[in-house]
Amino acid sequence: MTAELCDLPAHEIARRVRAEEASAEEVLESALNRIRAVDGRLPTSDPYHSEPEDRATLHAFITVAEARARGQARAVDRAVAAGQDPGPLAGVPLAVKDNFCVKGTRSTAGSRILEPFIAPYSATPVERLEAAGAVTIGKANLDEFTFGSSNESSAFLPSPGNPWDPARVPGGSSGGSSAAVAAGEAAISLATDTAGSIRQPAAFCGVVGLKPTYGRVSRYGLIAFASSLDCPGIVSREIRDAALALGVIAGPDLRDATAAHAPVPDYTEALDGGVRGMRIGLSPDYFLLKYPDPETGELREQRILPEIEAAVQHAAEALAREGAEIVEDVRLPNTRYGIPAYFVISRVEAASNLHRYDGVKYGYRHTDETSDLRTLYRRTRGQGFGPQVKLRILMGMYVSAEQYEKGYYRQALRVRSLIRQDFERVFDPAGPQRIDCLLTPTTPTTAFEIGRVYGDSVLMQYADLLTVTANHAGIPGLSIPGGLDSSGLPIGIQLLGPDFSEARLFRVARAYEQATSGEDWRALRPMVPA
Amino acid sequence: MGDTISAAIFQHLVELAALELDEEEAAYLRRELNSQLRSIRELEAIQVEDSVPITSHGVPYTSGTRPPLRTDEARPSNEADDILAQAPEVENRYIVVPDIPSETLE
Repeated sequence: MTAELCDLPAHEIARRVRAEEASAEEVLESALNRIRAVDGRLPTSDPYHSEPEDRATLHAFITVAEARARGQARAVDRAVAAGQDPGPLAGVPLAVKDNFCVKGTRSTAGSRILEPFIAPYSATPVERLEAAGAVTIGKANLDEFTFGSSNESSAFLPSPGNPWDPARVPGGSSGGSSAAVAAGEAAISLATDTAGSIRQPAAFCGVVGLKPTYGRVSRYGLIAFASSLDCPGIVSREIRDAALALGVIAGPDLRDATAAHAPVPDYTEALDGGVRGMRIGLSPDYFLLKYPDPETGELREQRILPEIEAAVQHAAEALAREGAEIVEDVRLPNTRYGIPAYFVISRVEAASNLHRYDGVKYGYRHTDETSDLRTLYRRTRGQGFGPQVKLRILMGMYVSAEQYEKGYYRQALRVRSLIRQDFERVFDPAGPQRIDCLLTPTTPTTAFEIGRVYGDSVLMQYADLLTVTANHAGIPGLSIPGGLDSSGLPIGIQLLGPDFSEARLFRVARAYEQATSGEDWRALRPMVPA
Repeated sequence: MGDTISAAIFQHLVELAALELDEEEAAYLRRELNSQLRSIRELEAIQVEDSVPITSHGVPYTSGTRPPLRTDEARPSNEADDILAQAPEVENRYIVVPDIPSETLE
């Protein structure tokens, strides 16, 4: 298939639109055509009956905001024609994960309980991307309230497929975002990462996924899951696009008291600075971990998939050839407790955040002539929430209820400190190891078949085993394509750095991207679009 | 295992969570909760000294990164109609709810 406008990287689209070599409307039409060609039937909350063709298409969008996007594209073209600069993302098709409010669009978080909700305002990162010229083409599908690693828990079905093999999951919770970007339906996506929800699907779909430092990007207008862990971030096809988009969305916001007042550098400036002299760490604690046996479900010590381990070693060798110093045996011993601690912390925060959905102020309401207020709450929530949401609320209740909790919550918060201390020790510039960044696998496996894991909430949660530590610690993590496994499925490799080191992670990722640009797998494209 | 989530505890949690569940769903949820507890129990084995502080979020906020307090002043909003339009039932710009259960105190 010949490359269309929608297959170009975001920075190149913006360059052409600003230089009047292409109009934003032409770019939008190209992306809309791609959506028509590959997305298949629009996911709905109606009772789901699967059709064979559902597994040949992607279903990445819950809403395609065609009219709104046309208005935005025309405004960009008018600005260019009037000699004004529409911004660094001029005409770039943007998929917004449907847990962000975008004014005038349905903003569902993948849940029936928010199905009727039309956002009366836009989230800060959405506002900033649109002000920079990006065109919001649609709202991407996700696990319900982001609770999952496969997108199968969305109330809007069919759930998204993986462009590399649509019978497999795209990962989650930003599965629609990653599938859309991988298949050219959008050039970038605004997504969120609470335990790996950007990096894991980016790895499964062979694209770039950035979880910035906690506080780097405002959460205003984001539908909350676990407020101390949620990070808005970017999915893109190239490192440069993620750097460009982060520069747009990062920075202080008076409407979010957790948005850090740290200066925002030009993330694209030092992108090609190389890795000479950098100390890049490999940790055995990211290769051998305790997680459930995929067959029996028993928790036991296992190595991650050998092909993924080999891809990380290969990346280390490539970076060493570029002049980086590879430091082996960097110990991060508390990595294995990331998921157990997350089971507690995230559930308590989720249960608290989800109490607001009551059928009164907005969203779905169960109507019943005879009900009183309490019955209204129970029925609205019983029918509005899917099983994975109920599971999180109930666990949150259990581990925070005084009579049951057995100190789990306090213990989990202390373990969170231990995980943070692991990173502080290895990144300490005055410490013995002085690691600039860590190189790890993103996931223990590549994309699994739709229907294989869903329903087993423990096995599903462990898909975030290698990514959740960055959320506990608040540090940035970047997943980049690192090759394909023997079934032709993408492998993701992850870079982790100290607080606010995004520019450094981009630089290392870019060095790897360039060093491997000639490798055979780089020329291979997903099965969709055919 | 003495502290698994029994049917009675489960029912209490469902009350706290304000959920109405059917039987099949309840059985699935209780099974998964107990399965998750097996993972959570990994935490019990970790020796954590009392000196280890509690972390409520990973990144510390320093004087350089902590956002300044903003002035407490009212700002006009023209979104009231859009916000009200989201309520499932409205009458004369009041949000309508069904009867609130109450009892008369002696």
